[in-house]
Amino acid sequence: ANKVGCSLPSARKTGTTICGIVFKGGVVLGADTRATEGMVVADKNCSKIHYISPNIYCCGAGTAADTEMTTQLISSNLELHALSTGRLPRVATANRMLKQMLFRYQGYIGAALVLGGIDCNGPHLYSIYPHGSTDKLPYVTMGSGSLAAMAVFEDRYKPDMEEEEAKQLVRDAIAAGIFNDLGSGSNIDLCVISKSKVDYLRPHDEANKKGVRTGDYKYKRGTTGVLTKVVAPLDLEVVEETIQTMDTS
Amino acid sequence: HCRMGQEERTSGGGLSTTILAIEFDGGVVLGSDSRVSAGASVVNRVMNKLSQLHDKIYCALSGSAADAQTIAEVVNYQLDVHSMEIGEDPQVRSAATLVRNISYKYKEELSAHLIVAGWDRRKGGQVYATLNGLLTRQPFAVGGSGSSYVYGFVDAEYRKGMSKEECQKFVVSTLSLAMNRDGSSGGVAYLVTIDEHCTEEKVILGNDLPTFYDQPPKYP
Repeated sequence: ANKVGCSLPSARKTGTTICGIVFKGGVVLGADTRATEGMVVADKNCSKIHYISPNIYCCGAGTAADTEMTTQLISSNLELHALSTGRLPRVATANRMLKQMLFRYQGYIGAALVLGGIDCNGPHLYSIYPHGSTDKLPYVTMGSGSLAAMAVFEDRYKPDMEEEEAKQLVRDAIAAGIFNDLGSGSNIDLCVISKSKVDYLRPHDEANKKGVRTGDYKYKRGTTGVLTKVVAPLDLEVVEETIQTMDTS
Repeated sequence: HCRMGQEERTSGGGLSTTILAIEFDGGVVLGSDSRVSAGASVVNRVMNKLSQLHDKIYCALSGSAADAQTIAEVVNYQLDVHSMEIGEDPQVRSAATLVRNISYKYKEELSAHLIVAGWDRRKGGQVYATLNGLLTRQPFAVGGSGSSYVYGFVDAEYRKGMSKEECQKFVVSTLSLAMNRDGSSGGVAYLVTIDEHCTEEKVILGNDLPTFYDQPPKYP
């Protein structure tokens, strides 16, 4: 342990609440927007719902850099794969690519993901763990706030819900995580993926709006009386003038 | 029937579990619970741990979820290639050997135990255990953390020459007892019956499982 000097900054994590749900006609993904560095909030409004392909999105919990880079890598590979097959990418393909990569790194890539999308076989939802195991379920939650969110889901989930009902349920599950888990906070982002459209609602709900100050400590000009005023110009001469060109190549 | 200890890795999805497979004349019955836990939290309460390797060959997963799922998927792929090469359905022993080869080669890195069971034309129903890289055919095999609680039951209740229905009842009873006593097992029971003519998958919900002497005592 390093007793002198300063300790290394801890990796920025998204202690988080993310969740997803399959409804009649698609999937709804939800996430909070707090990113923490140890016990300090590093980003009050970060985006945890990542684009994988036009019909597939992925929420990420765990180490922020890992989720960002992993989803971008698989998104890129999936686009190439789709060009090769000539078809819209399938959620199961994205799932396989993600789990095989995470297993290869034996859990050292700290990315816990909720992958959802719609393809020719209908809507699908997967949860993917850092060691490379996946679960295919109708509703999933991940992150430090997952227990709070799962409590909401277990109480109110029904199969084949309508879109508005599903959005409200996801919103409530993320809110449960935001208010009951220290690692989650700020706003609620939603992403509704259906056959015809993708609604990326950021923010869907500003659950933690910054308050407006009711008072002000500023003093108006003239509050303090001025007795005397002296203006003394400084005589400076130019000693050296250099030009530093910018590297704009 | 060799007793096998069970090591557990408790990170992101452990499948510490109850799994078993039993052979009858003309086929096999596989059974598993459905709980996947990460530490004290249950992350999936309805996971089907009976993974299909081929039309008439299944394997039961236990131990680390990531390791077990990956082994099953790799062997599924290898069996597809192998069966295309030989031009017919693969033998159960071949599937078990593929699983065993991975388990043995990477035994220091992996923490999963797969029981392979199925039916083929040559030897009928077979059950193979592949713990730690061994390959042994047994009349029945149990595995997972919950198996410790039911060794007495299976050793006492097993009889040679049970029929398909008796085997199914045996599997369901064993699972019910283990799920009751093991914290890492629970949820629903999945049952797969494989014989010459069909492969049948069944789910038995919690309240349909057989109950044993569970009632609290009636003291005045």
